[in-house]
Amino acid sequence: MATVTPVYPATRRNTELALLVMAVVVATGAWAVVGLTEDGRLPPGLALYGGGLAGLAVLLHLVLRWKAAYADPVLLPVATLLNGLGLVVIHRLDLSSSRTDQAPRQLLWTAIGVVAAGAVLWLLRDHRVLRRYTFTAMVAGLVLLLLPLLPGIGRTINGARIWIGIGPLSFQPGELAKIVLAVFFAGYLVVHRDALSLTGPKLLFLRLPRARDLGPILVAWLASVGVLVLQRDLGTSLLFFGLFVAVLYVATERVSWIVLGLLLFVAGAVLAATTFSHVQERVAIWLHPFAPDNADQSYQLVQGLYGMANGGLLGTGLDRGRPDIVPFANSDFIYSSIGEELGLVGLFAVLLLYGVLVERGLRTAIAVRDGFGKLLAAGLAFSVTLQVFVVVGGVTRIIPLTGLTMPFLAAGGSSLVSNWIVVGLLLRISDLARRPAPEVRNGPGDTGVTQAVRIP
Amino acid sequence: MNRPLRRLSAVVAVLFVALFASTTWIQYFQADSLNARPGNSRQLYAELGRDRGSLIVAGQAVASSSPVDDPYAFQRQYAAGPVYAPVTGYYSIRYGTSMLERSENDVLAGTSDRLFYRQLSDLLTGEKPRGASVDLTLDPAAQQAAYDALDGRKGAVVALDPATGDVLAMVSSPSYDPNALASHDTKAVQQQWNALLADDDDPLTNRAIAGDLYPPGSTFKLVTAAAALETGNYEESTLLDGPAELDLPQTSATLGNDEGTACGPNDQVSLIDALRISCNTAFASLGMKLGADALRSQAEKFGFGQDLSVPMRVTPSTFPADPNEPQTAQSAIGQFDVRVTPLQVAMFSAAIANGGVLMKPNLVRDVRAGDDLSVIETPAPQEIGRAVSASTASTLTDMMKAVVARGTGTRAQIDGVEVAGKTGTAQHGAGLPPYAWFTSFATKGDRAVAVAVVIEDGGTVDSAYGGRLAAPVAKQVMEAALGG
Repeated sequence: MATVTPVYPATRRNTELALLVMAVVVATGAWAVVGLTEDGRLPPGLALYGGGLAGLAVLLHLVLRWKAAYADPVLLPVATLLNGLGLVVIHRLDLSSSRTDQAPRQLLWTAIGVVAAGAVLWLLRDHRVLRRYTFTAMVAGLVLLLLPLLPGIGRTINGARIWIGIGPLSFQPGELAKIVLAVFFAGYLVVHRDALSLTGPKLLFLRLPRARDLGPILVAWLASVGVLVLQRDLGTSLLFFGLFVAVLYVATERVSWIVLGLLLFVAGAVLAATTFSHVQERVAIWLHPFAPDNADQSYQLVQGLYGMANGGLLGTGLDRGRPDIVPFANSDFIYSSIGEELGLVGLFAVLLLYGVLVERGLRTAIAVRDGFGKLLAAGLAFSVTLQVFVVVGGVTRIIPLTGLTMPFLAAGGSSLVSNWIVVGLLLRISDLARRPAPEVRNGPGDTGVTQAVRIP
Repeated sequence: MNRPLRRLSAVVAVLFVALFASTTWIQYFQADSLNARPGNSRQLYAELGRDRGSLIVAGQAVASSSPVDDPYAFQRQYAAGPVYAPVTGYYSIRYGTSMLERSENDVLAGTSDRLFYRQLSDLLTGEKPRGASVDLTLDPAAQQAAYDALDGRKGAVVALDPATGDVLAMVSSPSYDPNALASHDTKAVQQQWNALLADDDDPLTNRAIAGDLYPPGSTFKLVTAAAALETGNYEESTLLDGPAELDLPQTSATLGNDEGTACGPNDQVSLIDALRISCNTAFASLGMKLGADALRSQAEKFGFGQDLSVPMRVTPSTFPADPNEPQTAQSAIGQFDVRVTPLQVAMFSAAIANGGVLMKPNLVRDVRAGDDLSVIETPAPQEIGRAVSASTASTLTDMMKAVVARGTGTRAQIDGVEVAGKTGTAQHGAGLPPYAWFTSFATKGDRAVAVAVVIEDGGTVDSAYGGRLAAPVAKQVMEAALGG
């Protein structure tokens, strides 16, 4: 008999299933509460909604069991709960608005997002395949970024030209660009990390990079400024540049890149704040939201603050506050909507969920063995962090308000689908990080595995 | 690459901690002050569907809510909107509240603790909670007279009952129509709001209590005269130096009379005549003799530096902190950095009319609730303190009567009533038209009224300017308040 019994790490798929059940129960319960508060009975859409969310989650769970058994067990339940909570708040806002079709649309987009994540897991057996498409990703990223500028399909919505529209559908290609650019950054930097980590002149305690290596960071900076100028989109610009600098730092381990990146960022910010009126306006309402002269421009921010203050520690309870007063309460300002009705406690729960999501992503980056995987996982996880920080920081006045969306929570198809793809990629990378080496499984020795194959 | 990944995790942790902190800051520490902000209409939304109480003047509602068939259930209405707007303020779903709508909000909305027992009984009888109404001290005749007399000119009028501090009239001009801001048509309200904000004349500001402060000009000579009489070394016949021009110490500048002539023979003038013809040089030299501290202390007794709420907050009037001698001379005639509200100037006259005792100005007569509007609370008149002794008050009264009988204020004379008053013409910058002031009081039977009028624009520099422009306004208000 075999003398070596290989130890297989637990797949932890059952843990994931248990967590998923909890996530679906919490989200469905919240939906029921909205209905009970609104007209004292269980809402008719409860079965469709609860069942839909549960079905989609279980579908992805089964794909994981089959195609990525060793994937991280926490990512999917966290994403499901955030997505479910977002659906509840969007539905709740539908009830007090003239547009009542947002929640069904969001559920449809959830389905598309989950299917997209499943497709990633199904078709992409090894994330390292993506490395081959490094420069394809770059081109795709640029095209996606530039699409909204094309006459005909580009659309300006609420002042930002970041949408494309075909017929009645509109989509923000920048959300997808985030993913392909993360692939490009990881693929490019894993190759060039050695050159980029060579040091040049020393300044004080800092070893500066060589002047000839400054090309990539300057290109990234110029592209970000370009997004800011041409599309008037502060958030996307910030997201791309922050993502690039973070991945560059992880790849090279050189603090000087961060310092350089921050300097370029400050220069860009000062430039933007002194040159562009739309940026100046954002800064003005950030600093003086209550000034009477800003009353109309800062209306959304101020109403969001009033909503959060109204929520206080425990919130008014679902469907008992007035989050609908805030413009875009179900997308840009879904954070203040949750704050009003679920209180500080609810927001802490939401932030913790994001924290866990990001932590799992970074843990995957540390665990995975290949450099490309590390950079990609870190980039994706950090992009979620940046996005949450930019949105919540804008709503709570840490930084000026910009136009990004809360991952999984905010109403909006492009964001939802992109974030499910991000989770799909992280699941795939985490599966590879934890999966035992195939040599052990197919190694010599007559193990149960090979016997099982013989039995018809 | 694991070391930078761990550091990146630390950065992520810091970012999240910042979000936890900012969220806690807003939802917990800032929550109360955000909830209390004037522009926060969430309070209004919470009150929607509630019957908000009225603001009542002499039995007629000047602000009231009536049921309408829209999501807000009630529409706020202002009868004679612009006349009372500086007092009522507005109640706007988009832009919040101001003036009494704001400072009496908890009573009007019915959320005040003062209404607790009544609310409790409503709860037991199953009645919907209703706001209480506030009965104002305003005299509709005086208010209308003041509004009509200003006739849209930039300025303000305040009339007080000297014995109680009741505000009989409070007008700020130009005014606005609060109905336009209370509308439920958001677009129209937004347009109206922006137009009002863009208006250089600041119609939303209540100039009587909360606008930019004014230099009081010669009306401040009442304070200087009071300070002199209070020392016991002066009486109305005491002779003062009143040359055509007064050399100011420490500078090459001089301070002159508007006519460019001396105020009396041999450059000497009695205190009463100095006030009657509003002699600058006499009061400037008197001010230097008394000193800045004596002037400031007397001004404070008249109410300077006090944080008053009537119940709207009143901007405190100020006397310069540490003036040198020429600055003291200018302060003594109400120039330099002396700054007042029209209400403060009315308080000069009110205190003198009330035998030297200054009463706290107040707009609320009583609070009423229920179907029968029964009175549930009546604030008692409050004394701020004694501004001057009874004998000083009586001397000042004589002197002010002389101003109206045969001085700069003859246009305020009323048949059959002895009027006491003081004119003022306040410079506030070279080339700008001066502010015209008049403050006065009169008694007829058991009725008494003290008035202050300021008119900002028009005319040229002229010592009788305050007497010519502002005194007729004061006269009409006094006549209305005294009952014709």
